[in-house]
Amino acid sequence: MLGIIRTIWMTFLHMFHRNETVQYPDVKPYLSPRYRGRIVLTRDPGGEERCVACNLCAAACPVDCISLQKGEREGRWYPEFFQINFSRCIFCGFCEEACPTYAIQLTPDFEMSEYVRQNLVYEKEDLLISGPGKVHDYSFYNVSGLKIPGKNKGEAENEAKPVDIHALMP
Amino acid sequence: MNIVLELYGLIAIGATALAITRTIPVHGLLYLVVSLLALACMFDELGAPFAAMLEIIVYAGAIIVLFVFVVMMINLGQPDQLREKGWFAGGAWIGPGVIAALLMGLLVYGTQRSTMAVGTAGTPIGPQQVGLTLYGPYILTVELSSFLLLAGLVSAYHIGRRIGGKS
Amino acid sequence: MMSIIWPILVIVVTVFGVLGVAAVSTMLERRLLGVFQDRPGPNRVGPFGLFQVIADAMKMLFKQDWIPPFADKPVFLIAPIIGFLAVLLCFGVVPITPIWSVAGNLNVGLLFIFGMLGLGVYSVVLAGWSSNNKYALLGGMRAAAQMISYEVFMGLSVMGVVMAAGSFSIRDIVDAQTNCWFIIPQFLGAVIFFLAGVAETHRLPFDFPEGENEIGAGFHTEYSGMKFGMFYLAEYAGVALSSALVTTLYLGGWHGPLLPPFLWFAIKVFLLICFYILLRAALPRPRYDQLMSFGWKVLLPLSLLNILVTGAVVLLRAGV
Repeated sequence: MLGIIRTIWMTFLHMFHRNETVQYPDVKPYLSPRYRGRIVLTRDPGGEERCVACNLCAAACPVDCISLQKGEREGRWYPEFFQINFSRCIFCGFCEEACPTYAIQLTPDFEMSEYVRQNLVYEKEDLLISGPGKVHDYSFYNVSGLKIPGKNKGEAENEAKPVDIHALMP
Repeated sequence: MNIVLELYGLIAIGATALAITRTIPVHGLLYLVVSLLALACMFDELGAPFAAMLEIIVYAGAIIVLFVFVVMMINLGQPDQLREKGWFAGGAWIGPGVIAALLMGLLVYGTQRSTMAVGTAGTPIGPQQVGLTLYGPYILTVELSSFLLLAGLVSAYHIGRRIGGKS
Repeated sequence: MMSIIWPILVIVVTVFGVLGVAAVSTMLERRLLGVFQDRPGPNRVGPFGLFQVIADAMKMLFKQDWIPPFADKPVFLIAPIIGFLAVLLCFGVVPITPIWSVAGNLNVGLLFIFGMLGLGVYSVVLAGWSSNNKYALLGGMRAAAQMISYEVFMGLSVMGVVMAAGSFSIRDIVDAQTNCWFIIPQFLGAVIFFLAGVAETHRLPFDFPEGENEIGAGFHTEYSGMKFGMFYLAEYAGVALSSALVTTLYLGGWHGPLLPPFLWFAIKVFLLICFYILLRAALPRPRYDQLMSFGWKVLLPLSLLNILVTGAVVLLRAGV
């Protein structure tokens, strides 16, 4: 009996508590930069696509929402198409962790509803952004040993000259 | 002068007739409620508002609800309706009809002979007078009916007890 | 001429006033529940969300009004009407101010209200039966048992007031409270009456006839459109009625210092409606058998005791 009255009283006291609700469309909540929202493909500082079509993201994806096809252009790999099916995506961020080149990144944006379900399949043009995303000065080809036009073997950052296996000198 | 009263009477008779002839029990009970309400209106018109309200509360509000409750519980279906239809055929009418006619005749005879004033005299009888009458000249009736209620209570308690220990 | 127009005006204004109060209290309930739960509640339509009432009414009116083919059609149709009419008729005998009431002088006013409440049971029971649906039937049976039993305690608890005032007329009862509201000498009766009122309008926490988590939506499972709207309005009108009754029987009706009578009445009814909503926000639903045994084993002896003591005091005062 006393418990019931106490419950009523305590519920009554909630009249004087602050509202917890955020008036969402009018007041946007703060989302941190590492929030896991819409997925984008970034470019390196030179403006080239970072994605090297290694398929690691597609392999890491637990719901298999990523599909891509490797293509090759002047020694550089790039995805011929890159689709993310956002109606399947669970925004777990595994693709971002799997990516060796910081190409695929999750952004603090979640307002991506569509009236037609097909429109939730994003193509490469929809995914690519013009900037480097969260990692500003990383370019995979600048640090990797791969030879591309304009950069020979051993010319990358922190890379030793290739060893000449035919030479006798140490 | 008392067209309203006669209208109520007609409603009561019609509703009662319908209550007898319906094959779906709940419909019949509903017509019975209408009949009881008409009866209550007649009481009120005759200057007995207290009796009218008791009629509504006790009969319409409690007893018939219990009837409806029981009808709901036993879940009558299509076969019962067909059986009820069969009862209306032919000779089943004769016995109840004769008895009802006898009762009607007695009632008419009695009211013709009675010298008591029939209501509509004007002054409505309020609850206070009813109470004074009940606990004055009719105290014995009240006590007897209280015996009856007590007996009902005890037997209900007896039927509703838990069988086999373990409360 | 005036003698004809005035009663009609009173009736029309009262009916529409009750409907308005019922409609607004749906809104009030949602906002207040929000407040009690630290959230704003509906606030998008119009200023402070006030037009939500209109939006809800429009929605109710234009929704498809579907009668299930397995239902007993005539009974299915009249069930919500009965419930709605019974509550509206009760307001006829509630005196709102000394000059404003349809039939507040009726010398059996209180009994009339109990009669109408008794008829209101039919609405729920018939709705449950005619829907031809197991959950609806269960809801209807619960409603029948619950409402009939709680009407007993309601009636018995009021008898204290009737004895103290010496009349069944609600206006006389209000007039008897000029000096002292009946809630002080009749506190036990007031509490029982209020609890019985909660059960009678089957509001939370006693909303067993429509207990959503057990029996779907109970008796109105099969109802849609405006017929459901009638049940809905009847429920809120019932809350308003119960509040008005507690106000007139125990809280002195329109009596109060300074403010005009109508305002006092409105303030008391409003606070009671708010308390109803607070109960809904605060308390969980007990078990059905707990409700029934609470009624018969606690409320019935208490209300009989209340009658006994009140009767003794009244006789002592009269100096018999």
